This record gives sequence, C-alpha cells and structure tokens, in this order.
Amino acid sequence: MATRQTRILARTMMAPAVIVLLIWMAVPLAMTLWFSFQNYSLINPMLTGFAGWANYAYVIGDPSFTQALVNTLILVGGVLLITIIGGTFLALLLDQPIWGQGILRILVISPFFVMPPVAALIWKNGFMHPGYGMLGHLWKAFGLQPVDWFNQYPLFSVIVIVAWQWLPFATLILLTALQSLSEEQREAAEMDGANAVNRFRFIILPHMARAITIVILIQTIFLLGIFAEIRVTTGGGPGYASTNIAFLVFRTGILSNDIGAGSAGGVVAVIIANIVAIFLMRAVGKNLDA
Amino acid sequence: MKLTPLFVGATLLALTGSASAQTLTIATVNNGDMIRMQGLSSQFTEETGIALNWVVLEENTLRQNVTTDIATNGGQYDIMTIGTYEAPIWAKQGWLKPLDALSADADYDVDDLLPAIRGGLSVDGTLYAAPFYGESSFIMYRTDLMEKAGLEMPEAPTWEFIGEAARAMTDRDNDINGICLRGKAGWGENMAFLTAMSNSFGARWFDENWQPQFDQPEWKNTLDTYLSLMADAGPSGASSNGFNENLTLFQQGKCGMWIDATVAASFVTNPEDSTVADKVGFAQAPDNGLGKRGNWLWAWSLAIPASSQNAEAAETFINWATSKDYLALVAENEGWANVPPGTRTSLYENPDYQAAAPFAAMTLASIDSADPNAPTVEPVPYVGVQFVAIPEFAGIGTNVGQLFSAALAGQMSADDALAQAQEATLRDMTRAGYIK
Repeated sequence: MATRQTRILARTMMAPAVIVLLIWMAVPLAMTLWFSFQNYSLINPMLTGFAGWANYAYVIGDPSFTQALVNTLILVGGVLLITIIGGTFLALLLDQPIWGQGILRILVISPFFVMPPVAALIWKNGFMHPGYGMLGHLWKAFGLQPVDWFNQYPLFSVIVIVAWQWLPFATLILLTALQSLSEEQREAAEMDGANAVNRFRFIILPHMARAITIVILIQTIFLLGIFAEIRVTTGGGPGYASTNIAFLVFRTGILSNDIGAGSAGGVVAVIIANIVAIFLMRAVGKNLDA
Repeated sequence: MKLTPLFVGATLLALTGSASAQTLTIATVNNGDMIRMQGLSSQFTEETGIALNWVVLEENTLRQNVTTDIATNGGQYDIMTIGTYEAPIWAKQGWLKPLDALSADADYDVDDLLPAIRGGLSVDGTLYAAPFYGESSFIMYRTDLMEKAGLEMPEAPTWEFIGEAARAMTDRDNDINGICLRGKAGWGENMAFLTAMSNSFGARWFDENWQPQFDQPEWKNTLDTYLSLMADAGPSGASSNGFNENLTLFQQGKCGMWIDATVAASFVTNPEDSTVADKVGFAQAPDNGLGKRGNWLWAWSLAIPASSQNAEAAETFINWATSKDYLALVAENEGWANVPPGTRTSLYENPDYQAAAPFAAMTLASIDSADPNAPTVEPVPYVGVQFVAIPEFAGIGTNVGQLFSAALAGQMSADDALAQAQEATLRDMTRAGYIK
C-alpha cells in the first residue's frame, strides 16, 4: 500500500513526462485553433487580424468539401473491406502447415515496411502507368488498350495502393487471433460433422471478431488521414475525384498559402475524425467489452 | 599538451566559420539547362572556393518549397530559382535582395538582357532577379509527318490549320499522336498553356472589375477547341502530362506537333537525346486573327532571399551563372545550340549561335511578340501573359487547372468545368478582397 510520501514522490517523478506530453499535444492543437480564427495568408502579409468564423465558412463552403468528405469515407471503407476480407483469407492460408512458411510470412508482411510515398511511387510508375507500367504491358500483351488508372479510376487506384500497404497489418493481427484458437475446439467440431464453411462461420469467425474490431479501429484512425499516396499519384484529381479531407486541408493551407483557412480545415478534420471514432467505438467497440 | 584542446577548438571554429561563409544552398528546378549548370558548377567552386549545395526539385514542389521558405523567413536557401511571376510580387513585399552589384558590373552588362525579360524581373527599375534562361512558346513539329500528311506548315499558322494538321498526322496504330499539349494540373503546367491559348481566342481571366470570365463564350471556345483537339489527336493519359512528359514523347517520335516552351528546341534537336532530331521544324504559336498569338513569356531566374546570410557570395554565383562567360562556357563544353537561351541580345547577334541553333530567330520573334502589359485582346487589370501577377493566382490557377485537367481526363464536361471554375474563382477573389 502506497503511503502519502510515495504517492507524492511518484507524481513528482512522473510530472515532467506528463507535462512534456501535454505540451507536445496541446501546443500544436492550440496553435491550429488560434490560426483558424485569424486572417493569415503566407503570400499576403497585409492580411491580418481576427477573422471570426470566416475561415470555417470558407472551408465548409468549398465546392469540393462535400465530395472530399464522401471520398474520405469511401477511402476508409474501401480499404477496410479489402484488408479485412483479404487479411482473413491470407491468415487462413498462412495458418496451414506448408513448406517455407516462415519466409512466406515475411514476404506477406513486407509491404508494411515500405514508406507510403515510396509505395505510391512504385505503384504509380512501376505498375499502373499506362506507358511504362507492368499492367500496361500486360494489357498490351493481350491486345488491349492500357488503362490509365489514375485518370479513369483515381479513387479506386488510391484504395488499391493503400490497401496493399495495410493488408499485412490486418493479416498479422488476424493470424495471431487464429493461432490462439484451440486445436481441440476445431477437432471437436470436425468430429461432430461440421464442414469447412460451418467451422469457419461458427467457430473461427466469432473467435476472430475481437481482432477484426482492433483492425477496424486502428486502421480507421490512420486511414482518415491518407495523404502521401494521393499527393504522389493523383494530386487530388482529376478535378476533385480523389481529394479527401486531408488533401483539401493541404490544398487550402499549403497550395493556396492560406494558413487561416488551412487551420480551420484542420480543426474540421479533427472534429470529423472524432465523430467517426465515437461512432465506431459504439458500433464495433462493444466487442472489446466481452 | 595544454595547447591541444585550444588548438583543436580554434581549428574547428575556423573550419565551421569558413564552411558557413563559403557554402551556398541553391534551390532549382529539374529542367535540362539547370542540370547542365549543376554539372558545370564545379568550375565556379574551383575559381572562387565557394562550395555549392544543390536542392533540385520538380517545378510544382520547388514553388511550394521556396514560397513557404521565403514567406516564413525560413532562411533555408541562399539562392532561389523563381520565375517572372514571383519576382515582382516578392520584390514588392521586400522578400528579395536587389541585385545592385550585378547591375553596376560593366562586365556583366545588364543592358544586354532582353528588355521584355529584364522589365519582368525589375520593380521601379531595380533588378531583383537575374534571368538564367528566358522563353516563350512556339510550335515544334515533325517535318516528315507534315510532308506525309500533304501539308505545309506556315510560319505563323492559325488554330484551324493546327487542328487540321494534328488530325491528319495522327496514326494511332503506329503510336503517333498529331499533337501533344500539357494536361497536368497546375498554374504553371496546363494553365500556362491554356491561358496563353485563351488569349488568342479573345478570352481573359478577369474583366476590368476583377470579375472572372469563365462564363464567357471565349473561354468555352478555348476549352472546347483544346478538348476536341486532344480527344482526336492527343496521347492517352494526357491529363498527367506536363513539360517533361511531353518532351519525352516528342523525343521518342510519338508527337506530330508540340506547342510548348522555346527552350525545348535544343532538347528535341539534340541527336543524343532525340530520335527525331533532324526532322523538327518550328513555327510561331497559333492565332485566330484577333491580334494575339497563343504564346507565353517566362524567365527562370536566380534571386537572393532577404534572409540569406551569404548575399555577397550568392550574388557572385548569380553573376557567374547568368553572365556572357557562362554562355561561352556551355558553348565550349556542349556546343552553341545548348546554351541557355532567351536572356541576352548579344546571343541572338552571335553568328556562331545563329548557325548552331536553327530555332534562334523563331525564339526571339516569339519572345518579342508576347507583351505582359497587354496580354489579351480586351483590356485587363493585370500583368502577365500566361498568369495573372497577383499573389493569390498560384492557388486560384492551380484550382482551375484541376478542373480543366478533369475535363481532359473525361471526368467532367467542359461546361461543368467552366461553371465550377467560375464559381471557385469568384469565391477566392471575393475572399481576397478584389471583389467587394
């Protein structure tokens, strides 16, 4: 049992770390909030002073705001769908006793080690470019016109690249869950005459539910802010076809040098992320309580 | 023994001291002439002992980097490569150091700089950036394909002729596109071309009250002509093509015509890089008989940000890189055809250059025909041929560029692109206070 002295000692010793952490989080957030109510343009130093809600009205009134919001949700949803279905499938495969299992697992996980801009560049120039990309050559080999992915299917292309990067993460978590399933339970079901589909549906899937929840929660947090892949490949275009909220903030703040409106966009993005997070915690997070 | 730490300390101090005084950080664009300069710059270091630290970036990235750095007084660079768009705006903000020593240097001969370009880089007669190369735009075309199509390129063609020729030269089975034009979004990418093109159609960005003009028939005519031309005779994936992508296509023999920067002339006629070097002809940018041609005016220039701690050394370097001696140095190493063009009168009077560069006269004529002070058929409140010289234009132009790029990619109709461009531009101009 802690005495009063040890408690004070513990708090004193922890204080510096806690204070540094607080400052580290609070200062940028406070600055963003402050700038979002200021007239602040990098290229026009004459524009200064309190802006009221003007920056917020400007960002939310942006003709591409609604589309960016929809794109953000499609991006998150699309990547989640691919990674969870693909991850479950890969986890089931990797769980089988096969020769070279160790090397295979490392290969499957390896995309996760590649930095997002690098991955995007590889996909852009190496695979999806209609002229020099591998897919273009493949299409030509079959006598077809190469697909110009980033112009014809911009959002889909970004989803593919991001899903490729996050698939290993989902696979890894789901595989771990799968391996914690007791062999006896499976064998018992098998002896009772349950076929593979039923075993998957009634034993394996419920067992993995918690892991799937973790994957959804963690990935959603990261996927709401996808940026590098869009910046490197489509630049938010054509038009606003692949502009998400993060890219819209970048376009307003950095491309147009409007720090005030960019900060307002950042605050809006934080609010949206929190709404999505609360919704998710309610919808799927209850799995974690059980 | 006691002296050693002191000695080491003093040496270190001397080393760091001299290193900081003698190293210039230069931000530049990844265009061919700059890469060449980077290669030759070891000579400068040998002559002066000033070391150079290069930051070579793609055009759009360079602009963002240097704009952010100079606006926040970041002090990352001693020399920045900027264009005729940035120079006067930044100079007025007090962000650039005036190049007084350069202007006073008789050997440098500031009066030799082409008047249009020198004017574009000066504010109230003071030079704030030195032109490294200057350019307008013109038509580069394949003489063999033109002959095969049974046509002859006039020296100053119309848009109608260009459309006819582009469609006649297109041979999709053999991967030959009648015309390659910029489609990549950006105020300095597709909008540079489209704004210059729109001038020849009688369109303008703003009327005299700063009202955007995308709802006018002239813009619709411009965009419709551009889109149908590219649909019938352009390369696939054109909405990702900027200067460098089109250069590669032309050098590989995949374009019948290409309307772009005059500096490209030396790259497409260089047999080492271009498969069609001996089959390239040049003509002035097209017009519609309205008195304006669709060509632009630009100079990539070197300037010193006010935050630079090495201004003197920086000016020495700028002097070296933009001097007559540098032109001679490139000529000696790479031949006269490859010297950076479009900055000095003396170059165009040089018989060696005239002999080596078949495009010299056409380049000079194109530069001379672009007037930043009266760029459009009808009067406008702004300066700039292929841009509008206001600080907000970079953001607005890129935004509109995105929409037009989407129309080219088939993601949006021309009418929708124009309507959205009008709405977005009106919004931004109202926010910036131009429209009350």
